[in-house]
Amino acid sequence: MEKKQEKYLDNSHSYGNYILVWLALMALTAVTVAVAGINLGGLTVATALIIASVKAYLVLTIFMHLKSESKIFRVFVAVALIFLLVSFILLFSDYSFIVRN
Amino acid sequence: MSTQEHTVTYIHRDDIGARMGMWLFLFTELLLFGGMFILYSIYRFTYPDVFHLAAKELNTIIGAFNTAILLTSSLTMALSIAAIQRNQKSLSIFLQFITIVLALGFMVNKYFEWGAKFSHGIYPGSDVLLSKPAGEIIFFGLYYVMTGLHGIHVIIGIVLIAIMMRFTSKGIIKSDSYVKLETIGLYWHLVDIIWIFLFPLFYLIT
Repeated sequence: MEKKQEKYLDNSHSYGNYILVWLALMALTAVTVAVAGINLGGLTVATALIIASVKAYLVLTIFMHLKSESKIFRVFVAVALIFLLVSFILLFSDYSFIVRN
Repeated sequence: MSTQEHTVTYIHRDDIGARMGMWLFLFTELLLFGGMFILYSIYRFTYPDVFHLAAKELNTIIGAFNTAILLTSSLTMALSIAAIQRNQKSLSIFLQFITIVLALGFMVNKYFEWGAKFSHGIYPGSDVLLSKPAGEIIFFGLYYVMTGLHGIHVIIGIVLIAIMMRFTSKGIIKSDSYVKLETIGLYWHLVDIIWIFLFPLFYLIT
């Protein structure tokens, strides 16, 4: 029990760490708004999605404790995200064939 | 649980199982919103120029402000768990209260944002909207369904966090038993993640 308490009081669950992550999230929001004003052509959506993914990664690992959780949680989330990605890829490739014909 | 002793007060607890259960629920939420993001992508690909124009009618400032509010509410939620871990009960309750206030602020902004659209006659099925090109009708349809469904999640979150506040004040959630607060926190952070993707896709199309 004592060990468990110590684990929670380590760096990843500290107030300071959460506030740092929050500052990073706010900064990334400012970046994504600023970048949207610049016309990057086809890269605009990609840039927005990459920044959003970095923000989601920060929330998942720090706020949602995936970094300090046991490994099985990370495996579960990875499998869920891979299946979501697979369904996206399959659907878009299917759709691209429909459009072409 | 190696701490099982021959005491009558032993109560079975499975915190990892509880958190895993919440994660499994969150995966179903991912599929729900994932399907909508697929719809959005296909229609944006079909009507790129119309989406571009329609998105200009959305208020980027309110959108960015709401993003900041939701990110901050995620912070206060995470901090409230850190506080209860350190046995700072009243701080934890205060942080949960701030989370609710921020979530309500988000909904108030949403109310004004939608209200402005309604007063311009842009709402599902309105004559103004139906007279616009097909791509724009779809854009606003997706906008109302996706931000609306997200808004419902925010309202559910507010109710759940309010219940957690009561649990914390009654001592049901305490420094050595706070898995309820953790699972609601997970739910709240997912609502935040969904908004992280909704914001650039609707408000920042340039």
